[in-house]
Amino acid sequence: MREELLQIIEKNSKIAPNELAVILGVREEDILNELAALEKEGIICGYHTLIDWEKTSLEKVNALIEVRVTPQRGQGFDRIAERIYNYPEVRAVYLISGGYDLLVTLEEKSLKEISNFVTDKLSTLESVLSTATHFILKKYKDHGTILDKKHNDEREIITP
Amino acid sequence: MTKPLNKNVLNIKPSGIRKFFDIVSEIKGAISLGVGEPDFDTPWHIRDEGIYALEKGRTFYTSNSGLKTLREEISKKVNRMRRVEYNPQNEILVTVGGSEAIDIGLRALVSNGDEVIIPEPSYVSYYPCTVLAGAKPVIINLKGENEFRLKPDELLNAVTDKTKVLILPFPNNPTGAIMEREDLEAIRKIIIDNDLYVISDEIYSELTYKEKHVSIVSLEGMKERTVLIDGFSKAYAMTGWRLGYACAPKEIISQMTKIHQFAIMCAPTTSQYAAISALRNGDSDILEMKKSYNMRRRFLINAFKKMNLECFEPYGAFYVFPSIKEFNMTSEEFATRFLEEEKVAAIPGNAFGESGEGYLRISYAYSIENLKIAIERLERFITKLRKEQNKS
Repeated sequence: MREELLQIIEKNSKIAPNELAVILGVREEDILNELAALEKEGIICGYHTLIDWEKTSLEKVNALIEVRVTPQRGQGFDRIAERIYNYPEVRAVYLISGGYDLLVTLEEKSLKEISNFVTDKLSTLESVLSTATHFILKKYKDHGTILDKKHNDEREIITP
Repeated sequence: MTKPLNKNVLNIKPSGIRKFFDIVSEIKGAISLGVGEPDFDTPWHIRDEGIYALEKGRTFYTSNSGLKTLREEISKKVNRMRRVEYNPQNEILVTVGGSEAIDIGLRALVSNGDEVIIPEPSYVSYYPCTVLAGAKPVIINLKGENEFRLKPDELLNAVTDKTKVLILPFPNNPTGAIMEREDLEAIRKIIIDNDLYVISDEIYSELTYKEKHVSIVSLEGMKERTVLIDGFSKAYAMTGWRLGYACAPKEIISQMTKIHQFAIMCAPTTSQYAAISALRNGDSDILEMKKSYNMRRRFLINAFKKMNLECFEPYGAFYVFPSIKEFNMTSEEFATRFLEEEKVAAIPGNAFGESGEGYLRISYAYSIENLKIAIERLERFITKLRKEQNKS
């Protein structure tokens, strides 16, 4: 049940425990216990809402920054990653295989704020060798969800 | 023109579904529970393969029986699911949907005067296809108390010395009934004793929610007398691609191929290429869709229980078949009022045969969100009906 439960709430964290119980064919109590266990074990790390900010009046600029760094003795990339992810404006940090080391994503109100972060904070870190900043122009699909998908049911209304 | 058209065709009644469709079309803004096809889009890798086939200019006829690679993949798939071997060379025919396979299967098996046993409620085309093939349909009215499974005594009562074919439509549309191994074992001997052919329409074989689908061809002595029909429509959400297949002994497939060759030529080429990808890479897609159907199935069964609507738990396809007998009206009356008063379309059970009278086919090929709305309306509707009954 654990895996199925996670798959469902990854897509819809709003779904009520009693409803989860019905569709998974278990008792509500089991769902509540399992959710508590998953939170305790740190498997469920939070409940988020997927928002298409484009459709609001709020300005948001998103950037992906490729960062090349020098790994540190005994610590590998963990320490420099920590230095970076501790900035609250950083949304995600991934260690990447291939042409660069860390992928940092950033969300700010303006281009200027992003460029300030890169020039003042990120680039000045000692082990950062280089950065390449990419701005996101449009989000088509995020977290497995197509943002502008129209849900027209084009099937005939009655079929045998 | 004054000469009458084909008598056999003229005598066929238009399907009850058609009639209901015309009523539904009149109602604006109705939501539907009446669809017999998946709500999912065909998985992207399958569509992509179809597009690629078009890009490459693979737009010619294929061999009559279908692309060799596709037949090989079908053979493997059937073997994976049923542990039965069919030779892709001469025991598999790719058809235009399962529907074509039903039609030409019947035409290849029966002659004038033969009888074909059709358990009902079931899919609407067995009866007319039997008539058009010149044979006589013999109906078995399956019973709600048996969860609409075919019982040996029912079969025995229907068999005469003219019986040629038994149609076995499980997992069943419209009831959602399945036949488990012991159900099949129980009818196997009757089939063999009476030397019957079987057309086993297993188009919903991937969609079972209890144990894995058991096919009659996996039972001893059955493969040699069975035309197994399956396809891509329900399993891979590929209804519009019109692609199915029949597996049978080569003596039968060769005759079916003759009809197919003259009437159809070959199944659509684009669909055939796409289907190869479905068979090679689609097992996980099926699993995901099946999980989703199962959740909706549980949701509906639970909702019926809460509103005290009588319904056996169906373990197959994507239909539930609740009984509306407590309301003392026909299925058509119920469905029509439900549509007019709550704007929800569900198909009256009798559209699938007389024994479907008193039932409603509700499809769960809809998202849970849609089902929730429909179920709210159903609850309101039957509460109203119960009040009406109490008054009178």
